[in-house]
Amino acid sequence: MRVGLDIGSTTIKCVALNDADEIIFSTYERHYSHILEKGRELLTHVATQVIPGGKAKLAISGSAGMGLADSCKVPFVQEVFATRVAANRLAPGTDCIIELGGEDAKILFLTNGTEVRMNGSCAGGTGAFIDQMATLLKMSADEMDKAAQKATRTYTIASRCGVFAKSDIQPLINQGAQAGDIAASIYQAVVNQTIAGLAQGRPIQGKILYLGGPLTFSATLRKSFDNTLHTTGTCPENSLLYVALGAAYYADETFDLADVANRLEQYSATATYASQPPLFANKQEYEEFHARHMKASVPCVPFSADCGPVHIGIDSGSTTIKLVVIDQNDNILFTSYQPNLGNPLPIVRKTLLGIYENHPELQVASVTTTGYGEELVKNAFHCDRGLVETVAHFTAARHFMPNVDFIIDIGGQDMKCFKIEDGAISNIFLNEACSSGCGSFLQTFAEALGYNVKEFAALGLFADRPVDLGSRCTVFMNSSVKQAQKDGASIENISAGLSISVVKNALYKVIRASSPEELGRNIVVQGGTFYNEAVLRAFEKEMGVEVIRPDIAGLMGAYGAALFGKAHARPGSHSTLLNREELENFSQKVNNVQCKGCGNHCQLTINIFADGKRFISGNRCDKPVTGKASNEELDLYAYKLDLLLGYKPGPATRGTIGIPLCLNMYELLPFWHTLFTKLGFAVKVSPVSNRDIYQEGQATIPSDTACFPAKLSHGHIAELVKMGVDAIFYPCMSYNIDEHLGDNHYNCPVVAYYPEVLAGNCPELAHTTFIYDYLDLARRKDFTKKFPAVLDKYFPGMPKHEVKQAIDAAYDEYARHMALVRARGAEIIEKARQEHRRIIVLAGRPYHVDPEVNHGIDKLILRQGAAVVTEDSVSYLVDKFQTSVLNQWTYHSRLYAAARYCTTQKDMDLVQLVSFGCGLDAITTDETREILQEGGKLYTQLKIDEITNLGAVNIRLRSLFAALEEQAEDRK
Amino acid sequence: MEYMTPNFTKDMIHTHKILIPNMAVTQFRLMEAALACEGYQVEVLGNCGSQVAQLGLKYVHNDTCYPALLVIGQFIDALNSGKYDLDHTALLITQTGGGCRASNYIKLLRKALVKSGYGNIPVASLNFSGLEKDSGLPLTLPLLRKVIACIFYGDLLCTLRNQVHPYENQPGSADAMTEKWIATIQGWMKANRHYSAADMKRQFPVIIADYAAIPMTRVPKVKVGVVGEIYVKYSPLGNNDLEKFLESQDCEVNLPGLMGFVQYCIANMTLDVKLYGGNLLRAGGADALLSWLDSVVDSMNKSLRKYGFYAPGTFRELMKKPEGIISLGAKMGEGWLLTAEMIELVEGGYENIVCAQPFGCLPNHIVGKGMINRIRALHPTANITPVDYDPSATRVNQENRIKLMLAVAKERLGKKAEAPAPVTAEDLAGGPPALETAVPAGI
Repeated sequence: MRVGLDIGSTTIKCVALNDADEIIFSTYERHYSHILEKGRELLTHVATQVIPGGKAKLAISGSAGMGLADSCKVPFVQEVFATRVAANRLAPGTDCIIELGGEDAKILFLTNGTEVRMNGSCAGGTGAFIDQMATLLKMSADEMDKAAQKATRTYTIASRCGVFAKSDIQPLINQGAQAGDIAASIYQAVVNQTIAGLAQGRPIQGKILYLGGPLTFSATLRKSFDNTLHTTGTCPENSLLYVALGAAYYADETFDLADVANRLEQYSATATYASQPPLFANKQEYEEFHARHMKASVPCVPFSADCGPVHIGIDSGSTTIKLVVIDQNDNILFTSYQPNLGNPLPIVRKTLLGIYENHPELQVASVTTTGYGEELVKNAFHCDRGLVETVAHFTAARHFMPNVDFIIDIGGQDMKCFKIEDGAISNIFLNEACSSGCGSFLQTFAEALGYNVKEFAALGLFADRPVDLGSRCTVFMNSSVKQAQKDGASIENISAGLSISVVKNALYKVIRASSPEELGRNIVVQGGTFYNEAVLRAFEKEMGVEVIRPDIAGLMGAYGAALFGKAHARPGSHSTLLNREELENFSQKVNNVQCKGCGNHCQLTINIFADGKRFISGNRCDKPVTGKASNEELDLYAYKLDLLLGYKPGPATRGTIGIPLCLNMYELLPFWHTLFTKLGFAVKVSPVSNRDIYQEGQATIPSDTACFPAKLSHGHIAELVKMGVDAIFYPCMSYNIDEHLGDNHYNCPVVAYYPEVLAGNCPELAHTTFIYDYLDLARRKDFTKKFPAVLDKYFPGMPKHEVKQAIDAAYDEYARHMALVRARGAEIIEKARQEHRRIIVLAGRPYHVDPEVNHGIDKLILRQGAAVVTEDSVSYLVDKFQTSVLNQWTYHSRLYAAARYCTTQKDMDLVQLVSFGCGLDAITTDETREILQEGGKLYTQLKIDEITNLGAVNIRLRSLFAALEEQAEDRK
Repeated sequence: MEYMTPNFTKDMIHTHKILIPNMAVTQFRLMEAALACEGYQVEVLGNCGSQVAQLGLKYVHNDTCYPALLVIGQFIDALNSGKYDLDHTALLITQTGGGCRASNYIKLLRKALVKSGYGNIPVASLNFSGLEKDSGLPLTLPLLRKVIACIFYGDLLCTLRNQVHPYENQPGSADAMTEKWIATIQGWMKANRHYSAADMKRQFPVIIADYAAIPMTRVPKVKVGVVGEIYVKYSPLGNNDLEKFLESQDCEVNLPGLMGFVQYCIANMTLDVKLYGGNLLRAGGADALLSWLDSVVDSMNKSLRKYGFYAPGTFRELMKKPEGIISLGAKMGEGWLLTAEMIELVEGGYENIVCAQPFGCLPNHIVGKGMINRIRALHPTANITPVDYDPSATRVNQENRIKLMLAVAKERLGKKAEAPAPVTAEDLAGGPPALETAVPAGI
């Protein structure tokens, strides 16, 4: 008799085998984190009902089973190992196993060298991820699978991490994309994530086995794997039980099961985990706290017939839709707060119709929309104004507290904080895609544990020892919670711990504050999440300051919009809002197309309304709307890219050299291209990056947390090999060009040595000469001496004087290239000044010129009417100055210098592009922020990765421009 | 804008207590004694606990590497403790001075001190790259020589302890022996004895013989090497007590010595000149220093082998290991050394390796994770698992990954021992895996 117990992150599995190793009992169920209780229950059941005598060989497996097995002295089998044991037995001849579990993804290669791969701690969960996405789509996992089967197309969804994917999906929902298409896209993202993150260069071939919950339950997911891998895998019988079976086969020690169950009971008594002080010391403290917050309220008056003209504010957020009606005295007449169910329009329509119905004589003076769905709602219902959400929130907060100097808003999907100085927004902090989650994270978690979010939050209020869960991204929190549960933390303490984590995320990740003084003394907190008193209390405790939470904390965006509309409406005006009849006949049709206007190939969502009016979203520029291309004359990014694309292959007298257009090649291409062309090589450059190029190389990326620009280079190598070149040239360079702006002139470690990674991991390079010697261009004399020797290794007998001439020409060409960029930068600045445009220094690194890396953010800025220049077009205008950090990387020295330069120019502001995973930017962002703030400038940071959705970027940019406008008006 | 804290000046040697973050425990304990005898009042910090990381998170950008968060958190926690006279306390931090962001630790520390209200605390830098000229720790030649001796002795004690501990008949005897020797060597340092190269060469066999006399039973155990980012590799605070965890799993642990890193830093001066050009004289000096150190390494290793212990090659031999895998030009962070250590371990029988790195460590994308495929291609038995450390990565996750590596290792161990095992899981699973059969396709 053998028993195997597999305790995963979300489910518990148990099998019992008789002496012939036939399954006599098996179970698969969610444990809702009641690991100990469930484990005990199962073992007791097996001991009393299944196995006579209750004695059997037992082993425990699964990610949540480890500590538990140790403490009750039962052998633990690592789950991947268990899977292999079972697969070799039950499905001999299997080459590769793909197993997706609640939070882990694994690939096992069984033949040709056994290897096991598990997802890194950053890659997030898969089963839990699908669950979370299903919740977002308001479907069960089953419904989602069915919907996906009817999909007609897929969208690109970031596959690196669950939270990223979520912020891609939410806007799709808001834009009205079909749920089935989104569902299919989610499955495809899981497939990409698994292959990109785990295969790491090893082809997945032969007989493939699919195991684990998600692959068992979703036919679409299996099909997506099949299609991507060009194969047909099988999902075997008992595919959910392989780990448990493996544990059972492995078990070789006999236990009295009832005994083990008893030991589990004792284990549950010891609750050891890192904890924090409780939120409230006693009931009285809570009562006082509660009473204090009840005071911050807006007068609500009955919505009667004689209320006069009204102003409506609609805040179409990521997960909820809020509507507020106010009268001429700012009193609230009506509010509505509803989940948007994936499409805000039917809900807004219904709410508005309700208002028309109850108040037939109502005079609507203005309707203002804000939030993610601002444009869609505004266009659909002919509202009067759209307002960027940051300004809406500020307007509302100011109404509450005229001297407010800090606002923090934690909504369902995002976190927004603004600092107010001199009556204008002086700084904006938005959470990066990585730490988003916030409200909806709490909600998903509550639901996963079987509570509604309100109950769940209330549980935490009087927790005695809240779990310390850290302040990282929500995916990390998942495993922290798992650990806490394992350590016996109660639901109450977990709930409190989660609330505290949300606050810590906001404070330490988004705002980066270390004391209340930094935020100011007059703080307004808002957003639906602050209705959660545990979060509110945690915030006050963490910052040591009493804050104002308006009773309409969740409606502040809508209230602000209404106030804004009121302030801008002329007396006696009537709103352009659809009338009752038009609203009743309102309809919406959604089409999805890919824009063919330019290389960006934006996914457009076209909404067609009953009156034939169209609304297009998903576009980066105005071309699909107006038919006109954006104004590239004011875009230095476009110019730089054009310059690079001008380098074409010359005659191939001595052969062909391939150069990958990635990382530092975005700056050094003119140099190397000239050098090799002069030497008689035809220099072929890999094409500008696109999604396909990335995907071509993604399976060979060894480190899934490296930055996206580095990951892209794998695809460029594959491209070059396909183009057929004699050799690929991509040197390692510890040092960069020395521009004398800093204390040293290093490259970052990734830029410096990435060719080593390519050489070690790209199978394509096996049959192509790859020249990746170590070179240093900063020492021109030494380079001139050393380079011929390097060249000689690959192309012997090159005449010395020719090489010398080529090197000189290369240095000249590099200088010419940089001079061109600077000259064009100066031209753009001058032109912008003539046209009274703002100038934005979009500061990144040379490779941010890659449109696949910058996602067309330069175009988004142009759309706001500003001109775009690069950091290297202004950095030379500043002398070396002292920074508070060690200024030792050339690219970043430019960044600091550009920031310093902006502080001397009235009409120039800096937006910093930060690649996710760029370790150096942890240092540079704080420094750049300080340089700008000291010079009285706003700091804006845009964190970019593979993300293709630009909603959040747009809000940030629009907020920046709104704040700049306001500052300018104040100055007048 | 610059965050300024007072410079560390020479007079402070006599007036200030210098706090040092903990890293390689044994080596640092010896150094403490060496510094004390030269008139420095030093204390290697032992404070740990969750508040250390919390303070780090509070005062340092959260995406900065984990070691910076911990070191700075540990300092501030110590200053908060009330144990120190804040007018007479200074902090010492090392700077390697390369293209890695770690060179910025001192600047981040100053910023954090100003923000947390300790702007009056002087910070001294320990570096050999000419950074922070006004605030360097004044080192005399005798002190420098003692520090080097402490690293040598410390490395030796760790090596011996790790090779004896798993096999000792009487639990605790290796640890007791190590304590005894730490006290002895501390005494030597205070008495200005046994720190010259010749003395060390004489003392090594004495120490080794003492350990060799501990009664042991050699049974096959899983041998695990640990490489990684220097702080996370050594510091129990940084790696969640990795060494202890591995020992609890019945493994023999091998942490390549700290001297390797010192030699690596020295070697890079030469390598840079060879690759890119520059001052050959300086390179010559570095070369000579390297040879001198290597003569001590060689002597230690020979003695180790004589007594049946495992010892790696000299540093110059180590420099040959990465050939065909990574160039010696990769010199940021732990650079090529990390790759070289992995190869050395695999070839030396420690084919199971934990590659420990802070989450998002830039150099390790290249020299750690980036090289594993290649090492495996050349050494198919290499069983390497990269593990990320950061404030929120959970122990469960880390240990689960390590356990997976150990499961494979244990399976092979049984195979090697050729014990007439009863029906095992491997038999049930259809025989042992075909591990050595082929290099993965396409490499």
